[in-house]
Order: sequence, then structure tokens, then C-alpha cells
Amino acid sequence: MGWNVEVDPEKFLIAVAPYGGPIALMRNDRNVPKAQRVATKPFINIYTSAGRDIAHFKWESGSVIHLAWSCKEDLLCIQDDGVVLVYDIFGNIKRHFSMGQDAKDLHVIECQVFNSYQGTGIAVLTTTYRLFVVNNIDDVRIRRLQAIPGMEDAPSCWAMLNRDQSPHALMASQAELFLLDQTGKCDPVTPKMTSPASRFLAISVSFNNKYLALFTDNQLLWIGSSDLQSVYCELDTKCTMVPKQLVWCGTGAVVGYWENILLLAGPKKDWIKYTNETPVYLLPEADGLRIIGQYSHEFLQRVPKAIEDILKIGSMASGALLYEAIKEFQKGSQRADEYIRLIRETLDEAVAQCIEAAGHEWEPSKQKMLLRAATFGKCFLTDYSPDAFVNMCQMLRVLNAVRDYNIGIPLTYTQLEKLTLPVLIDRLVLRRHYCLAIRICNYLKLPEAEGSSRILAHWACYKVQQKHVPDEEVAHAIASKLDDMSGVSYADIANGAFEGGRVKLALKLLDHEPKAAEQVPLLMKMKKDELALLKAIESGDTDLVYTVLRNLRENMPSGDFLMCIRTKPIAYNLFIQDCRQQNRKMLQDLYCQEDSFLEQANLRVVDSYDEDSLETRLSCLLSAHEGYSKAKCDWATKQTEEQMRLLRFQRQLEDELKDQYLDLSVHQTIYRLVLQNKHRHAENMRREFKVPERRYWWLKISALAQAGDWLELEKFSKSKKSPIGYEPFVEVCIQNKNRFEAQKYLSRVLPDNKVTCYIKTGQLEQAAEIAFERKNDEELSTVLAKCGTTNRGLTEKIHTMKVQLSSHR
Amino acid sequence: MASHLSSGRINLAVLRESYRRELLECLDRCTGSKALVWDDALTGPFSLIAEYSLLKEHGADKMYPLRPGQLPRNNVANIIFICRPKLSLMDSVAQNVHREEETAGCMKEFHIFFVPRKSMLCEHKLKELGVHGCFTNIDEYCLNLIPFDYDLLSMEMESSFKECYLQNDETSLFYTVQALMTLQTLYGVIPNIYGKGELAKHVVDMMLRMRRETVSTEQQITPQIDNLLILDRMVDPLTPLLSQLTYEGLIDELFGIQNTMVKLPPENLTTGDSSGGGPQEGSSEMKKLTLNSGEQLYAELRDKNFSAVGAMLSRKAKLISAQFDERHAAKTVGEIKQFVSKLPHMQAARTSLSTHVSITEMVKERSSTDEFLDALHTQQDFFKGLDTDKANPYIEDCIARQEPIVKVLRLICIQCMCNNGFRQKLLDYYKREVIQTYGFEHMITIQNLEAVRLLKTQEGSRSYPNIRKTLRLFVEEVKEQNPSDIAYVYSGYAPLSVRLAQFLHRPGWRSITEVLSLLPGPTIEEVQQIPIGLRKRKSSITSIQSGTVEPKVTLVLFLGGVTYAEISALRFLSQLEDAPAEYLVATTKLINGTNWIESIMETLSPKPMNPF
Repeated sequence: MGWNVEVDPEKFLIAVAPYGGPIALMRNDRNVPKAQRVATKPFINIYTSAGRDIAHFKWESGSVIHLAWSCKEDLLCIQDDGVVLVYDIFGNIKRHFSMGQDAKDLHVIECQVFNSYQGTGIAVLTTTYRLFVVNNIDDVRIRRLQAIPGMEDAPSCWAMLNRDQSPHALMASQAELFLLDQTGKCDPVTPKMTSPASRFLAISVSFNNKYLALFTDNQLLWIGSSDLQSVYCELDTKCTMVPKQLVWCGTGAVVGYWENILLLAGPKKDWIKYTNETPVYLLPEADGLRIIGQYSHEFLQRVPKAIEDILKIGSMASGALLYEAIKEFQKGSQRADEYIRLIRETLDEAVAQCIEAAGHEWEPSKQKMLLRAATFGKCFLTDYSPDAFVNMCQMLRVLNAVRDYNIGIPLTYTQLEKLTLPVLIDRLVLRRHYCLAIRICNYLKLPEAEGSSRILAHWACYKVQQKHVPDEEVAHAIASKLDDMSGVSYADIANGAFEGGRVKLALKLLDHEPKAAEQVPLLMKMKKDELALLKAIESGDTDLVYTVLRNLRENMPSGDFLMCIRTKPIAYNLFIQDCRQQNRKMLQDLYCQEDSFLEQANLRVVDSYDEDSLETRLSCLLSAHEGYSKAKCDWATKQTEEQMRLLRFQRQLEDELKDQYLDLSVHQTIYRLVLQNKHRHAENMRREFKVPERRYWWLKISALAQAGDWLELEKFSKSKKSPIGYEPFVEVCIQNKNRFEAQKYLSRVLPDNKVTCYIKTGQLEQAAEIAFERKNDEELSTVLAKCGTTNRGLTEKIHTMKVQLSSHR
Repeated sequence: MASHLSSGRINLAVLRESYRRELLECLDRCTGSKALVWDDALTGPFSLIAEYSLLKEHGADKMYPLRPGQLPRNNVANIIFICRPKLSLMDSVAQNVHREEETAGCMKEFHIFFVPRKSMLCEHKLKELGVHGCFTNIDEYCLNLIPFDYDLLSMEMESSFKECYLQNDETSLFYTVQALMTLQTLYGVIPNIYGKGELAKHVVDMMLRMRRETVSTEQQITPQIDNLLILDRMVDPLTPLLSQLTYEGLIDELFGIQNTMVKLPPENLTTGDSSGGGPQEGSSEMKKLTLNSGEQLYAELRDKNFSAVGAMLSRKAKLISAQFDERHAAKTVGEIKQFVSKLPHMQAARTSLSTHVSITEMVKERSSTDEFLDALHTQQDFFKGLDTDKANPYIEDCIARQEPIVKVLRLICIQCMCNNGFRQKLLDYYKREVIQTYGFEHMITIQNLEAVRLLKTQEGSRSYPNIRKTLRLFVEEVKEQNPSDIAYVYSGYAPLSVRLAQFLHRPGWRSITEVLSLLPGPTIEEVQQIPIGLRKRKSSITSIQSGTVEPKVTLVLFLGGVTYAEISALRFLSQLEDAPAEYLVATTKLINGTNWIESIMETLSPKPMNPF
């Protein structure tokens, strides 16, 4: 070990992270009588698994009762007032949170950190023996568990265990065990025991939450499933003392730790005793147990099956024979061939076994030997996929690299599989082993985006925090390394620089960021609002522009804001669009300020339609009128004027004729007047509003026909020569289903239109005759088309006509 | 179900599949039973992506339209709002949430998915309305370009044109660019970009910028699309105003096609069974039919000039009856078996035929009325350049008869375009006639039309005749039955937009630089660099020998909308022998003259007067 520390839980608070993670130590004053306590503040020391110093810092805060590592390798320091302080691996404070008011008021006496399905959880026990649980420290929601009825003393022991995806607490009160869940249930549970205990002294849950070990005051070590349903063994330890630690070694055995004895007990009552000269700390892993001591960091595990098969003395497993074969082969002995012949049938199994065994070996020389055996066996196989072999070689190379004491992450192959490679790379990055991480990525040919460029981005973030290096140099170093890398988020790096107080550097870096969506929010955070606005506009992403605009509006006096955006048409137009929907008053003001008279006037016109009294409507129109004239829109000005005149005129009509005319157009008003036989008024209005003659004629005859005032229609037709001809007369009559009246006008229709008019009145025969007289073949065809299939006689007649016509030509 | 999407050079079913996957991921994020609350404008497009049964499989038990007030009683665990990021919708969302919380307590989880994108403004509005915190999920579902057919994609953003041109809000263009990026991730980076028009320029700029942003995560795919042509509707505003004369175009003009569905009065349909068409609604309601290339007969008919449809249908009828007659010839058991195996297909073909015969009858009936034909002749006179400089008596009569204002505005705009703008006096006269007849509430509409320059006064040189001549927009001799030029889609008028696409490939835009400079907005030519390994190999020696150079794939993106007739014209170009390119069409919205003008109009309705 790179340290020289007496790992004594009596003297230190110890936190060891699983998966070969870091170790934190802090002097523990709690067991020391007050008088003997050292007055100086304690230090927290953080080491790698190899005992190398990573960081240390003086503890300035309250009284710590527990240290632990989260699954993201953050150090959690839990104080007796329920405050949890979170530090990174380098001892920099990240954040803190509280376990709630109750915990603060009542004080915490014990604490456990556990892995839940949501992440890392914390459970604290208060002086009133209530448990408060947080399932995930990244999403702090405090849950109070049920009190155990009638409990007066502190529980002798308790543990957290996951069941049905949610954390439960298992708590011992005297001779009883209680299972507390998070919905407020508190169920007594009783493990099956030959001689019931009067007190449970220690509980231990296995790494995978499936098994449970209990230690009782009658010296029994009980091993069973975590649901307490099945019992594997009860071992009489003949030891009355409470073990310092009771932990699982993988899933196969339990280790109890008393003064200098480690007792390893298996589920079949088999046991081994180890002695220790110096105090140690035990940390369970998925596949074994770490024993951290002053001088060494040991790993205790059951010999993996593959290794056992191959290396057990006298083993006849195919892997073992293959291993023998390579040894003979290296000696140049023909017995190699004999061994191979022996396992011919199961050679692929043997190869797989050797590969697997290599994975479990710690010594590179042994790994090599086993891998060699595998390659040797492979030679005799014809279609063996090399993936497993290649993969194992790569993994071993990675494992050996990170196990190096300089790095200090002593992982087993099983642990790496559980941890996964990306997480391992993250952890290397976390420890600032950027170079190794990149080499691993490149070696494994990981895609740049998740491999090297991501790591470089982290490196750059770290680089910008080195305050002693000048901006220029940092920017240069980063740009030169990252330039040819794609997919690096410069925004993240710039953010790091900004948070480190290096605004200039951040701006410089941010310039390299191609993504506006990343650039803009950071610029806003840096209060470079105008620059943010420019970048947002450039991107064309209107939502981004709106985001900046809103931010600007909130942080700027309104006058400045308007000045700022009026020079940027895109932003200005978007702001107007927003106002159009949400803030008409502002819209009006904007148009006013910009002298956009036309828009102003249009707005007033729209407004006028929302008014429900004539006076206000007229006043709206009046100001619209003013706007139009200022905008030099002559036509609109005139039209608005006419509209005002119309409204007044209609009001007068309403008063006089007691009918509704408002909101009709000029045309519709006159139409209605004609319909109601108010010819004088209609004529009057026609003059007043200068309705063109053609349209007036159309209007009048349509209305008269609709009213069925055929007399008046005829009178009107004779009043003077029609400017629209007489077909419309025919048309309106037909429209109002009066063929008889239509006849009256047929004679006055222009010759060119006669045929169509006769068709309209349904007199196809006459139509055909006229067309024939006019010697117009085309018109004949039109009539023919109208005949359809029913009118046989006429069809034939027209055909004859057509023949006659063509023969005349 | 989506087989009609995969029959083209670019397999658009892939795009649809990716949308489906994403949608289901969104839904699966909410565990338990769900009620989906839909923004009305989205139900149509979504039906093209995921059918109801699929949503149901993923727990969507209830579907409600988004309305103000309270949701119908329900007992689902999750309420999911699916809506566009429009502020006006947020009030309804908030009311729904409030009422639901009042009645059901906090038992339900609320989610909101914005389509295609979250908006800060909307989220802020939700905060203001006090419901932002109620949502477990506030997320986006990026449905941009919806595949309509194997060569057609639309974003169905109704207000895009208005927002871009009248309100200077180019949000929809940003969505468009995102959609293009989605296409590029699926089908590779498009090497050549061409464009014409102001908005096209903006889109290209944004697109190149966004590629720089995402270049690191770019998928390494060989480009399947060779060219992108972006056309701004303002380059050719005339075309959509004219009456489309293709089969599909006419159906759209007369009945309106929405998301490949058309609603027809059931009494005229004689299909008997719905097997040929889409799902059947209640019998008294309008009948819904799905129109896409999945139906073989429709695929053949839709791009034809309507005058050619009748003849084609009768040919088909003969063919089918001949097929049915084969049963008499079938003597041996084997032959009969063969005949029987063809039966379902033949029956489907027969249903399809009878459906289209009825549709054709309906279209015929409505398109041979005087109103339709007179308007058509007037349009044709205009694009021939006849009497465009004085008040047109037909338009005057239409106004006098108070025919629908959209029809009148459409005609006036056509005349204005063809005349290169009106004399001030004529413009004022038309405008006054409209106001006096249809009312002052159309004041803003008229100003809008002027703002987008569909109505304008004469200015500068009269460029239209020149453009018309160079691009051969007016074609005297069109063989509608058996066309040789795209002008058949408007019986004599060739859409300018499609001519630009045509000239791009043959003989190239360089030959029409003069015309391009007369058209509004900049001309764009950009190249997107592509890694050498991914470039298509120049046609190798063997292919030159065999003489089969595969035509390039060109994606034509219409900003501001495209009509069915234009699509037909592009399809016509794709199908020509030795065609230099095959076209894929994308647009912000499928339009026709009527709904386009309507989208520009501003309808004001007066508040009732207070009688006191």
C-alpha cells in the first residue's frame, strides 16, 4: 500500500468504494472520551485503492457520523444534524442537502448508504429510532419509515435491502425482526431458527440482495435467503462478542471479523479461520471481498470455476488437459498431441475454458499461459470464431493497465463486466487519467464521439480550470488538441471556463462551438445577451431567438430593449409576431414608435370589429382613417371614409325603416332595400355611393327576381336600354324558377347569346333551330350535348341539321 | 398498408417507419392506459403515420379532440396532449388539465408532445396558466415531412406562407430545414442544391449551417438523392391560382383532398362495397375515400388531363369485362383454378373502376357548369395575354352576382399577374368593387394580397410576356389525350415552377439566366461536399455501352405550397423516355387556388351591436 495508515474502524471513519474505487479516511473522535480529544480539526484523506494519496482537506463543517461513496464515486459525508455534503474524488465540494427537518431536530445516530434501483440511497436513524430514507441522492425525496411499535431502545442492528425494486429496512428490536417498507408498512418477520435468539447483534445483506446473514447473542451465525424463507445453515461460532464487521464474500460465504480473526463460513457449515495482525476493513464485492489493511489490499474470493477446473490437481476437465498439452508442446514433447487427441471432441469447450480462466487470473504471466493454451487449442478447430479470444485479450490488456498501482483500480473480470467498459472509462476520466482513457478508447477502436473526443472534452474542461495558465495558452492548447476532433462540445468547455471565472477564455472557446443551441444559452448565462441574440438570429432557430428576447426583456429597461432589437429585423419581426398573439397594446405602441402608419391603421380596423357600439367603432375607423392618410394610402383612406359614411347611413336606415342594415356591404344594403320594395332608398343610396351602373342593374334585377316582383322587373327592363344585355334577365328568372317570365326577355337577347338562353329556359328544340338558322355547327353541338340520352327525336334532328350544314359548305 | 410508399426510387416507407418508431417510443414513455388529446390539425397527418389500431396496441384507449373546457369522463392513467406549438392551443390544454385535476384529483399523469418541436413561448404560456408543473413530460415529437405517396412529401403547415410573407416569421422554414436534415440522415447528404427565391435562399443558408453543426454525427451513407431544387412559391405565384385540369387536381378543386382523403357525397357513389376505398363512416355522412398510388387504377388516372379520363375508364372497363369473360374459356380444372386465383384482384379492380366512374361523373357534372367553364375561359384568355389591361366583364359580372369572393379574388389576381400588375386606376376600381360588394371586412385581406404582391400596380418593364415566351409557358397545341408537354395539366399553360425544374436538367439553368434574373429573389447553386468514398461513381464504361444511364433523383421542395397539377407535371417529366431526372416532391403544404387564397385572407366578423 502506498500509505501508512492503521486502518482501524475504532479510530477512523472509513469509506471504501466498490469496484476498486477510492478510499476515504477521517479521524473518528466519537469513541474517544471528550477529555482526550485532539482540539485540531480532522482531515479527510482520499486514497486510491492502492493507497496512493489523491487529495486531503481539512474538515471545517459539523460532526460527521458516516462516510461513504456514491455509485458515481462522490464522497458523501453525513453529519449528525442530517446534512449530507457531497465531494468529488478530489475533495472539491459539489453540493449538500439535508435529510429533513426531523433528522435535523432529532439528530442522527446511525447511517447507512445503500444501492437502490434509482441510484445511491441513504438511510439515517434518529435518536427516536425512526428511519428516514432517501432512495436516490440525485433526486432527494425523504421518506419516513414506520416506527416499530413498542421499541424503547436503539435497534441492536439494522440493514437496508432491496426487494421488489424498492428499498426496505430490516430492523432488529430485541428478539424480533421487522421489515419496514416505504408505504408505511411494518411487518414482523421471523427467521426459522433451531434455538430462538433473544437479540440479533449483526445483520448483513449480500451484494446482490438475495442472501442474508444474522448473528445472534447465542453465538449463532444464521445464513439464509433475504426473504427469510429458506435457511442454508446455522453455525455456532462460540464467540460471544459482537463482530466488528459481518459481511458477505461474494454470494457464497459470510465473513465475520472479530479482533484479529476473520471467520469465513460457507452455507454448508464449512468454515476457515484467518488471523490478522493489524486491523483491517472489509468491503464486499459482487464476486468476493476486499480486505483493506495497513500494508496490503487483499481480495478474497472463491476460486472461479474455470480456474478450478484447469488448475486443480488431477483435474480431468478438457481445459486442464489442453493446459497440459501446451506445457508439453513447449517442452517439444509429443505428448502434447496425445492430450489433444484425448479432448478432440470437447476441444471448443477446452478453449473457452482456458479463455475464461485467463480472465480470472491476476498474474499476466499466468494469463499469457492460459491464453497460449487457448490459441494452441484453436489451431485444431476449423471454424472457431475468434471473437471471444480477441475480446478477452483486449479486456485483459485494459484490466492489467488499470490494475497498475499508479492507476489503482484493481478490478476483476467479473466486476468489469458488471461495471461495463464505458463506466470504467468514465472513472478513468474522473481520476484525470485522460491519456490512458484515450489510449484505451483508441485501442478498442471506440467511435470518436463516445471515445476520444468525449474524453478530450473532459480534459479541456479540466484544463480551463487551471487558473495559473494564461488564457491564450489554454485556448491554444485546447484548440490544437481538439481541432481535428469532431463532436467535441466547446460549449461544455466554455461553461467550465466561465464557472472558473474566466469569461474571456470562455468567449474564445465558445466561438469554436458550431451548435447555436449550445452557444446561445451559455452566452446568456454569461450576460452577453446581444451576442446571444446575434447568434440566435444567425441560426434561424426562432425558438432560440424568442428565448433570448424574453431574457432581454426581463433584464433590460423596456426602452433599451426596443432600441436593441429595432436594428435586428428578424428579432424585431419575431417580437412583433409574439405581440400580435399576446400583447396587442405593445403592438400598437411599437407601430406607433416606428411610425408604421399603415400597420397602425390596419390594427385599428381589426379593432373596430371588436367594438359593439357604433360610436366606438366609428372612432376606431376614424383613427384608422388618419393612419391611412398619413401612410399616403389614398385608396384605403377613401374606403375607410366611405365605410364610416355607410355605417352612419345604415344607422339612419335602421331608424327610419326599423330593420337591420348594419354590417352589410353597400351592395348588400341596396339589395335588401330593393328586396323590401324600398326603391327610393335604394336609388338614393346608389347615387350616394356611386355604384357602377352595370353592377346596379345586376343587383336590381337579381333582387327583383328573388322578391318575385315580376311587374317591377319588366318595368325596369323597359326603363332604358339595359347596359348588361337581356340574358341576365332570362338568367334571374330561371334561377327563381319562372320560365314564363323568362320568355318575355328572350326576344331581346343578342343573337349571339340566344342559343344559350334557350338552352337555359329548357327550350332545346328552339335552341337547335336558331343555331341551325345561324348556321353555327358549334352551337348545335352544345345543344346536342344537353340533349342527353332521353331525347332521341331531337338528337336525330340535330344530327340531320349538322349533316345539312356541312353539305352546304 | 404503406406499400405505396416504397415503390419509388427513394423508399419513403423507411421515413414513415422511423416516424412510427419514434411515436411509439414517445407513447411507451408513459406507462399505463392513455387518452390522446389531439390538435385537430394533426389528426389527418398522423393517420398517415400510425393507424388507430397501432396506437391502441400501445395503450391509447381514448382519443379526444382538443377543445376548451373539460375532457369527457375517462379513467385512464395518462392524458397525453399532442399539439402544434401554437399559443392559441395552450388555453385549451390548460383548461383541460385544470378541470381534470378538479374532478379526478392528482391521480392522473399529464404529458404534452409538441409537433414538430417544443416552443419556449408555449412552455412559458403553460407556466403563466399555472399548469406547467402538472406535466410529467413536456417533449417534442419531430414529425415534419409526412410521406403522402412514393414521390410526395408534405409538411401540411397551413399557415406557413402567411407567416413567412405577411408576418415575417420564418419558424416554419426552420422546421423545413430540420425536415431536410432528417431526410439527409436517412437518404444521405444531397450533393447539389439549387434554388430560386428569397425564402429558398434562407432555407439553403440555414441548411448549410445546420450541416456544419451536425457534421460530426453525420451518417455515412451514399447519397440516394442527387439534387435538391428549392422553389419559393413567390417565384411562381400564378400557377396555383389557375384551375387544375388533371383528374386529381380537379377532384381537389371541386371536393378538396385532405391528407390523401377526399370526402364525397355518398348518394353519387355506386361502389356498393367500400373495399375499393378507405374506411367507411356512417352512411348518411360524406363518404371518405383514400386516394393514393396504392390503388393501381388511380395511379394511372390521377395525372391525366380530365378529358382523357373518360376514354381511359372505358378501356379499363372493357379490359376487366374481358378478364371476367375468360371464365368461359376456362375448361380444365387447372385453368379454372388459375382463374379463381385471379378473382380477388379482378374484383378489387372492378370496385375501383366503379368508384372512379362515379367520381368522374361527379367531376364532370360540376366542371361542365357555366360558372366553371366561363371562369376557365377567362383564365385562359388571361394567360394568353388577351385584354388583361382593362376591367374584365366576366369578373365584373361575378362581383355583381356576388359569387364567392375567393373565386373573384382568384381571377383578379390571375389577371394582375398576367398583366404584370394593374394600372393604379384599374386596381383601385377592382378593390373598391370588392369592398363595396363583399364588405369592408375584406380590407385587411386586400392589403394582405397586396403585401404578398398577388395584387400590385404596374412597375418597371413588362417582364411577363418575355418570361412566358422563353419558358414556353403558353403552348398552343396540347394533345390532352396523349400529351407531349407538361402544359397539358392546365390545357395549354405550362406551370413556370415545373418549367424551372425541367430546364435545370435540360438544357441547364445557364441557358435561361436572363429569365432567372427577371424572376423575383436570388438564384442559388450550392454544392455539399461528400466524402470521396460515398460519392456515386461516374457512370462506368459498361453503362455507357449499354446506354442506360440511370436518371438522377431530384427532390423539388416547394416553399409555400404546391398543387396537384404541378406534381402531375413533374411525374410526367419523370416518366418521359430518356428523362434526365426522376422527381421527388416535397412541400410545406398541398394547395389549390382556393385554399391558398383563403390562407392569405383575414376574415373579420363584426361583433353584434349592443342594442342599448
